[in-house]
Amino acid sequence: MKFSYFPGCTLKNKAKDLDRYAIRSAEALGISLEEIENWQCCGGVFTTARDEIATKLSSVRILKAAKDKEQDLITVCSACHNVVKQTNNAMQNDAEFSSKVNRYMASEGGYDGSTTVYHYLEMLRDIVGFDALREKVVKPLSGKKIAAYYGCLLLRPGSVMKMDDPENPTIMEDMIRAMGAEPVIYGNRNECCGGYVVMESPELAKKKSGDVIRNAKAQGADMIITACPLCKYNLMKNGADVPVVYFTELLAEALGVKEDTNE
Amino acid sequence: MNKKYLREDIIRMSGVNPKKCMRCGKCSGTCPAYDEMEYHPHQFVSMVESGDIEPLLESDSLYRCLTCFACVERCPRGVEPAKLIEAVRLTAIRRQGANRLTPNDIPAMLDDEIPQQALVSAFRKYTK
Ligand code: SF4
Ligand code: SF4
Repeated sequence: MKFSYFPGCTLKNKAKDLDRYAIRSAEALGISLEEIENWQCCGGVFTTARDEIATKLSSVRILKAAKDKEQDLITVCSACHNVVKQTNNAMQNDAEFSSKVNRYMASEGGYDGSTTVYHYLEMLRDIVGFDALREKVVKPLSGKKIAAYYGCLLLRPGSVMKMDDPENPTIMEDMIRAMGAEPVIYGNRNECCGGYVVMESPELAKKKSGDVIRNAKAQGADMIITACPLCKYNLMKNGADVPVVYFTELLAEALGVKEDTNE
Repeated sequence: MNKKYLREDIIRMSGVNPKKCMRCGKCSGTCPAYDEMEYHPHQFVSMVESGDIEPLLESDSLYRCLTCFACVERCPRGVEPAKLIEAVRLTAIRRQGANRLTPNDIPAMLDDEIPQQALVSAFRKYTK
């Protein structure tokens, strides 16, 4: 099965593992991710202002590229997913916004909001299925206690993201179980790490990320997984004394495709 | 800017109706940036509603919001305070010379691990 794939800027740079293991694991699951050509950065954070048009065009073009190939779109970075999905929602539901966007894009053909966007986790749950995933696991992660860190961008706003219950999500825990490990449930799993405000206020990021780490550890976690490069950075920078790992890396390990003989 | 026009502009940009707010304070109670803010999410809602917007435009609170959407998710009235904060913040940085962050500020903020995502997000939020 083939999908359009948007990796985003960070996955080509500081978060290469998130990208590489996503592609490799998908292959092991019979899914081919075709990277969109000439994509541009999504901007990292969705601007909710309805009169911000130009800054959202890169996301619209990503959505349109998938549509032109008649493929559904897969993202893996939490931030990219949030921006692309919220932009798609605005194209579907805000007529004034979408008409302005389409005037900008008149020369390249318009876009109508019809692309289906999946986060990689949703692909695992809704297309592969966690039962099928379990059967493909060759190295079960037995005995590991893993804390899924959702942060804010994957789940919220729930009415737009529609991935899972924004206050009591299960998708990553179900993935952890399918890989043979034990999920750790903790209160701060869907609270913010401090995000980009780390650029201005490292103290705020320190406090917020510190709370996440302490809370996960108090519930017995010996590893934290995330889909977001900035969450990973903030947690590692602020005293994580358990490994903080991209969920795709762990998935590749469980599927037995982590070591690459070509590199 | 004319006070009434400013209020209408922010309401139009954000798509928020501050009149729906019942002043329960849940948005501020759940806000992870609360301790660092001079004006809290519920105050953004009530001050935009009353047209008292100038103090918000001048406040660093604009740059402490993490865009985590917790207040949006948890407001029992669907007010979506973060969208108002965003509209006020854009109104502030769209003024001439009001960019909060310039490329010259970046080198001092870098370390070997910082992801590109942090830089592009900060530029999107702090610069027009
Ligand atoms: S979106 Fe901003 S104002 Fe709302 S809870 Fe998060 S940090 Fe606070
Ligand atoms: S949570 Fe909603 S209703 Fe309550 S104070 Fe905040 S904006 Fe108003």
